[in-house]
Amino acid sequence: MSAISIRGVNKTYDGKVVALKDINLEVEEGEVFGLVGPDGAGKSTLFNILTTLLLPDAGDIRVFQMDVIRDYKAVRQIIGYLPGTFSLYPDLSVQENLDFFAVMYKSSIEENMNIIEPIWKQISPFKDRKAGKLSGGMKQKLALCCALIHRPRILFLDEPTTGVDPVSRKEFWDILKSIRQHDITVVVSTPYMDEATRCDRIALIQDGEIIGVNPPQTIIQNFKGHLYTFKSDDIFSLLQVMEQCPLRCNYYPYGEHCHVAFYEDMETAMPQFERFLEEHQQPHSEITAIQPSVEDCFIEIVKGKT
Amino acid sequence: MNSIEANQLTKKFGDFTAVDHICFEVREGEIFGFLGANGAGKTTAIKMMSGLLLPTSGTATIAGYDILTQSKLIKRNIGYMSQKFSLYGDLTVFENMQLFGTIYKIPRKELKERIMDSLRELEMDAQANTLVDSIPLGWKQKLAFATAILHRPKIVFLDEPTSGVDPIVRREFWKLIYQAASKGVAILVTTHYMDEAEYCNRISIMSEGQIKLIGTPEELKKQMGVDTINDVFVKFVKR
Repeated sequence: MSAISIRGVNKTYDGKVVALKDINLEVEEGEVFGLVGPDGAGKSTLFNILTTLLLPDAGDIRVFQMDVIRDYKAVRQIIGYLPGTFSLYPDLSVQENLDFFAVMYKSSIEENMNIIEPIWKQISPFKDRKAGKLSGGMKQKLALCCALIHRPRILFLDEPTTGVDPVSRKEFWDILKSIRQHDITVVVSTPYMDEATRCDRIALIQDGEIIGVNPPQTIIQNFKGHLYTFKSDDIFSLLQVMEQCPLRCNYYPYGEHCHVAFYEDMETAMPQFERFLEEHQQPHSEITAIQPSVEDCFIEIVKGKT
Repeated sequence: MNSIEANQLTKKFGDFTAVDHICFEVREGEIFGFLGANGAGKTTAIKMMSGLLLPTSGTATIAGYDILTQSKLIKRNIGYMSQKFSLYGDLTVFENMQLFGTIYKIPRKELKERIMDSLRELEMDAQANTLVDSIPLGWKQKLAFATAILHRPKIVFLDEPTSGVDPIVRREFWKLIYQAASKGVAILVTTHYMDEAEYCNRISIMSEGQIKLIGTPEELKKQMGVDTINDVFVKFVKR
């Protein structure tokens, strides 16, 4: 069954800024579904429409067959939402925030403890601390508890791990993956490509349009370039040099490595490239072909250099 | 010359020690990654080093000035930007830069030239009269950085400048960091993207107020016997 079905959704702000253009999308029940795209692509607008907080200009949106406009009250009963900005009460304690959300949804903490238990175990030592005084990772874990306390059928998370450190980020995702055992569908956006890789399917959104929906493995298979990696002593001086590279390629730093995606016949292109580096006095380690990551795919698709 | 020298720098809030006797230095033109888990004490340390918060004990010199007695001079010689506060959304791109430039007392005529040069470098000269609210986050962050270095500071503190920014714009942002460093500006940057940690000349990892590790990315990976800075980080911060 479809958890979400979106048909022909458009949204324009102030009659001129086009935020969403003819969006069509299906999310299956039980999926962890990722929304990935550059800043300003329309991800938050889509979240706000799906969570009944914003009206689209046109289109039909169903959440578990309910219309988000006509049946908005019923939709709100079955969704949990963790918005992009911290939206709990900073002056209430951890425990008080959770109590508040449980009461608002006419739910009880005891009843749904089994869902939130793995998270609650981590934050309960701080249950008397004010929510505003928690660290970034802890805030998000509390927000997740509050969004789950009424046992929603679908959970929306808008960049839940932005500003969260790598260890807390991993813990947060381990929790997200465990949520599915309670038949909760998850829709999540993220600027971290390693997190996108952990989704069942990813929708790529750019300039208000969905440019592809696929499992991460398929996105990787669809990479069009020939991707190579090497190490350089000075990846940023290389960045300037590469602007003069005559080959059809895309260079970018990738952690301690340099990545180059070529759109050429490699038999002739590779000797040319090695000559180019030599002429521009760019010492480098051995250049080896590698499998792209979702991040490489994101860069290829958004730069449109294929 | 060292741009930053921290010596036993400590800050306590009541019984809680937020920053616990940290010592390190950052050289001119160096990009120093200041890493740590949420709540490890990074922001408190940055506040002390930028003259906004007095230490409980210990000291630091920033651009040669003492944080205990010369905080005014420090403020004149540093730039600062964070993910949270950067620019005024209801002012235009140009007005924002003009405001900050004027606060730093850059002469009016020179200021206009510097702003236009800076916008051309960012390829944002066409947006000079656009309200900051209506430009995408990544552009805002690049603009905030350009604004933070408009008065040509010797040191720039960047507190999670790329938080929430997409992979392409993050790389464009780092290009700006490199350009500034190549002109001799010392950069102290915090980030939760471990690939960015690899772009730093040296990094430190903070946990519970203390600097637990410090060195080049290569050194730290070797020391911990792992392949990535992410693994170094996880190994150290894991409770």
